[in-house]
Formats: sequence, C-alpha cells, structure tokens
Amino acid sequence: MNRDSNTYTIIYASVMVVAVAVLLAFTAQSLRGYQKANEDNDKRQQILRSIHVDVKANEAEAKFNELIEDAFLVDDNGNKVEGDAFEANATKTFAAHKYPVFVANIDGQKKYVMTLQGAGFWGPLWGYISLNNDFNTIYGADFSHEGETPGLGAEIATSSFRSRFDGKHIFQGDKFTSVAIVKVGKSVEGQDYVDGISGGTITSKAADVMISGCLSKYVGFLTSQKK
Amino acid sequence: MALLSSKNRELVIDPISKKNPIIVQMLGICSALAVTSKLEPAIVMGLSVTLIVAFSCVIISLIRNTIPNRIRFIVQLVVVAALVTIVSETLKAFAYDVNKQLSVFVSLILTNCILMGRLEAFALANGPWESFLDGIGHGLGYAVILVIIAFFRELLGSGTLLDIQIIPQAFYDFGYVNNGLMILPPMALIVVGVIIWVHRAKNKELQENN
Repeated sequence: MNRDSNTYTIIYASVMVVAVAVLLAFTAQSLRGYQKANEDNDKRQQILRSIHVDVKANEAEAKFNELIEDAFLVDDNGNKVEGDAFEANATKTFAAHKYPVFVANIDGQKKYVMTLQGAGFWGPLWGYISLNNDFNTIYGADFSHEGETPGLGAEIATSSFRSRFDGKHIFQGDKFTSVAIVKVGKSVEGQDYVDGISGGTITSKAADVMISGCLSKYVGFLTSQKK
Repeated sequence: MALLSSKNRELVIDPISKKNPIIVQMLGICSALAVTSKLEPAIVMGLSVTLIVAFSCVIISLIRNTIPNRIRFIVQLVVVAALVTIVSETLKAFAYDVNKQLSVFVSLILTNCILMGRLEAFALANGPWESFLDGIGHGLGYAVILVIIAFFRELLGSGTLLDIQIIPQAFYDFGYVNNGLMILPPMALIVVGVIIWVHRAKNKELQENN
C-alpha cells in the first residue's frame, strides 16, 4: 500500500476522525452524570457560601435543602414569574429578564440570595450576593470564575476577597449605588467600596461591573419588598 | 529484550535531569510559568501532562507505520487532542475542584511543545514500550520542575503549601510580609532561571563553552 497516495491519506484521515469522534462522544456521555452532579453540588456550595455556610461537596445537597426555603424567578418589576430558579442558566435567564432569587432561613432570619453573572478577563465570572431582610445590607457574597489567572484574578474566589463585602450597603438612601471594587488604597465618594485584587485589576473591574449590572436588575424586586 | 535494560532506564531517567525538557531543552516553559503559583495545580498539571505524553507516545508509536507522511502532524494533533479531552472530562467528573483551578490550562496541554517534540522526535521512530518510557520520563521531568517552581512560589508568595499555612502567624506579627511578586509570572521565569543555574553548576557537561 502506497502511504503517500491521496486516496490512502483521505481514507486514513476520515477513519481516524470518525473513530476519535465516537470515542469522545462515548466518554462525554458516560461521564455526563458525574459532571452534572458535580456542577449542581458546586452551585449549591456557592449559594451556601454566600450565606456563610461552608460545606463539603457531598454534604451540599442536604444542607441546601435544609436552609434554602424558597427559590423563584422575578422580573424587572419584582413580580414572581414561572420557572426553576436553580436549574436556570444565569446568562440565559438574565437575557430573558428573569432573575433568580433564593430565600434562606438562618436561625429565623431571612436572607435573600441574588445571582450575578458577567464576563471576566479570560472567561465568564459569576457569583451570589445575599442581603439581610432590610434589602440593603450585604450578608455575604461568593464569586466564581471559569478561567481567571491562578494567583491573580482567580483570587476573587477566595474567602479573603468575598468577606470584604460583608456589611456593605447597596443603597445609599433610596438610591441604588452598588458596591464598588477599587484599587487597594483608593477610595470612592457616595457609595460603599471594597479593595480589589492586587495584580488582578481587570478581573476586579469586571467583578465591579458584574455586581452593579446584575444587582441593578433586582432593584425592582428589592424596592417592592422594602415597602 | 529486557523491559528495563540500561538503555530503557536511561529513557526514563535522562529527561528528569540531564535532558530535562524544561531546564535543558527549554520546552513547555509557557505552561510552567502559568500554573505554578500554587502547588496543587502544578502537581495535577504535571501528572496530566505525564499521562498524556506517555499514552500519546504509545498510540503514535503503535500506528507509526500506517500514518501517511503528509498528514502526520495532523494525526499527532488529533491523538493528543483526543487524550487531552478525555483527561479534561475525567477531571471534571472526578476532580472537579482541581479542574476549576487549572481551567484552560488543561486544554492548553495540546499546545505543549514537549508533546509534539517527543512524538515527532521519538515515537515516530521507536517501538511502543520505548516510547512509553520516553513519554513517562519527559512528563516526569516536566512535573518535577513544575513542583519545584510551585513550591517556592506558593511558600514565598502566599506563605502556604497545598493551601496549608506554613509560615507561622508569629512571623507576620513581627512584620514579615508575603512576597506578592512571587505569584506574578515574571518570578516564575526567574525561578526557572535559578534552577537552570544551579542545575548547570552541578552538571558541568551541560555548560556551553562559548
């Protein structure tokens, strides 16, 4: 068989590509169940971290079901709409003007967890921010990312960063101001702020945009609840 | 032929020191800089690369007599890409947290120069067992350097190892500060430079004469 002939080359390439495709499809299908379970538990862990509950992945489901008493979607005006808040893909549901809210019960106190999603330096960012029942004071926050630089932008996922948000206010008076993320040592007037990540300036800015952009979508819900 | 004749032993041992892919052959430096700010991702990355190099070497070696010469690079790429995808999917299913930390760098193993280098230079001309040993050797050579770099970067940059606090709080109370520069990519390059310096000082035959 002439290994340099066109026919041989084309047949070889076709067979190889089909064989690899079958192999990869099989791998993806057989691992899908494990991956989905990991992703769901990961999401539960993130939501729980935003209300200061840190559990291992295998305990996440039980703890989540124990603490989260309600989950629903709201529209721009704060009215509840149809849909599954937990299964909703953040990017798609924001595009459809439906925003997930999780209501947690911590020692009788209600906490309202809101979803964040945005674009980071290398890939998507997302997170959760929980508010006290004054609908203004941040109780806790959690941030995740797909591909920020380890040691730099990726530090937004650490507890030292997320704890900076505790007790900050997203409203000044009746005006929604969000919480700014500023360079270490800088400050801003007229709104609460936290220090960003040294060496992760672009990620910090992206997180700042994400927080103000996403929380502003909840203003309708928050103001309607305050009354 | 003995499975571990002295020639085969050299295939594994040489790349760990005297023919190390990173510090002697200068291959795969890019990812060595990117994933070494913490020890855990560096270890997983090292193991992933070792597995992928070893098995892609075996596969290419097994089919080396059938590969059409004109598309051999494409064939190599397809084999490596398939293995990288399998490793990445497996990590997602069974080591979810580590996969999150490594993120894009697992997929970027595909572009690691060590892989194409070994496939082209060794696996295409040698049997499966030799190719496997050669792949393991080069993967481990890569992993060892990653772990050394990550050890110093995490210890000096974050004061931790595998996220366990190593530098005692008392040091910080006396004014010790983590060296933030260590977690930035330039320090990875400088640490590689220091390793190369020490390595060549110990192995005089590697020093160039000019």
